[in-house]
Amino acid sequence: MSELGKAAHLDIALNVVRSGHGQDFELNVEFVASTGITILFGPSGSGKSTILQAVAGLYKPSKGHIRLGDELWSEGGTGRFVPPEKRGVAYLFQSLALFPHMSALHNVCYGMSRKMPKPQREEKARALLKRVGVDHLAKRKPQTFSGGEAQRVALARALATNPKVLLLDEPFSALDRELRVQLAKLVVELVHELKIPALQVTHNHGEAAAMGSRILKMRNGKIIEDGSPEEILGGRKGFQDIGKTPMPELLPRTLKQ
Amino acid sequence: MNWDPLWLSYKVATIATILSFVIGVGIATLLSQTRFRGRELVDALVTVPMVMPPTVLGYYVLTAVGKNSWLGQTYESLTGGHIAFSVVGCVIAAFVGSVPLVIKSARSALERVDPTVVQAARTLGASPTRAYLTVQLPLAAPGIAAGVMLAFARALGDFGVTVMVAGSIPGQTQTAALYVYEQVAKQAPAGAMVAVLTATAILVLYTVNSLGRRSDIQYG
Repeated sequence: MSELGKAAHLDIALNVVRSGHGQDFELNVEFVASTGITILFGPSGSGKSTILQAVAGLYKPSKGHIRLGDELWSEGGTGRFVPPEKRGVAYLFQSLALFPHMSALHNVCYGMSRKMPKPQREEKARALLKRVGVDHLAKRKPQTFSGGEAQRVALARALATNPKVLLLDEPFSALDRELRVQLAKLVVELVHELKIPALQVTHNHGEAAAMGSRILKMRNGKIIEDGSPEEILGGRKGFQDIGKTPMPELLPRTLKQ
Repeated sequence: MNWDPLWLSYKVATIATILSFVIGVGIATLLSQTRFRGRELVDALVTVPMVMPPTVLGYYVLTAVGKNSWLGQTYESLTGGHIAFSVVGCVIAAFVGSVPLVIKSARSALERVDPTVVQAARTLGASPTRAYLTVQLPLAAPGIAAGVMLAFARALGDFGVTVMVAGSIPGQTQTAALYVYEQVAKQAPAGAMVAVLTATAILVLYTVNSLGRRSDIQYG
């Protein structure tokens, strides 16, 4: 993978109808996400998670395309479809989906290339756990983790694959405010380090404003607004007034990047 | 008390359970991982032995493996022996009664595994086969183990299918359940054998329950 490819743009065009919750639902979106966090912001049922699933390859869209740089991952017309394991997408699930039968260390090792010798994989996994601040959990299994710890292990696991795209599905919804701020900071830092496009689904105003470099406001399967956090969410003041989850210490760094 | 029938029963049930485990998990994998037309029909067909009268089931098995059947003749040309009215017949009889228990519990255990955990494995680079073998199957293991234990208990206790397929030849195909029947018919004592069979069944069920609890604690 070339350096250029690593910082590639994620080009998404989806025009699909999904049935669920008793009614058909039409998703019609088109956008290009570049390096940094693009927030998919909107109420539940607006199609945000479908976009993540399509990018990850967990859902095969019948129409439209998904492209990362010059790699064509999915194309409705030709039926081309790259399976999830060949895409290099890190997906942070809302439920985290840690493997309950494996230690934190083995969770993190799972996605690493098996061409790498085992001691080297474990060493890298330990370094990643340390990077996210939970190296003391290496030998323990997920059922003993607190919410924040599980979140950090899941993040380390996602990053262990050297992902080309990061997907975050309401990653902090189960955490209290202080942890949210800490982890949001960590994620923003990591995304900027990796220089990859990231899509984050949220309906939390504060989170969107603090973490996003760009906001796509969605409703009923369509993008209704596209712009910077200031433009879409009325800037810092606006969100602090709403103030559900303010993360003031994050703002200067993320918004002025 | 002649204990030979008990050892025969344990031997037959053990072999039948191993077969049920391998074939049952294989069929459950097919039913839970793939979508094809008639999938639920296949499920019904492999489950129906659970609710059929054992003699009726035995009749089908005897027709399938008897001396004049294709299977029976193939077996004879290969080994020179017969399936019906032999220990092999006992094993097959115990197997057909017990394999549905493995299929049912393995399918439901595999389908109960949180799909996002399997999806996570896929996004981390695992092929469908690797995700199945390293994530879905291990997480379903307690449920599968419970089904295998029940299959063993069922195989150990089979009467109807065995009597149809293997007869009740003392010293050859007379398993413990058949022995109890014969002892009672002869007005000879059967209490000790009954007690051992009962104790085995209770032990198995107790183990099944603790397996269920363990999987709840671990992954629930």
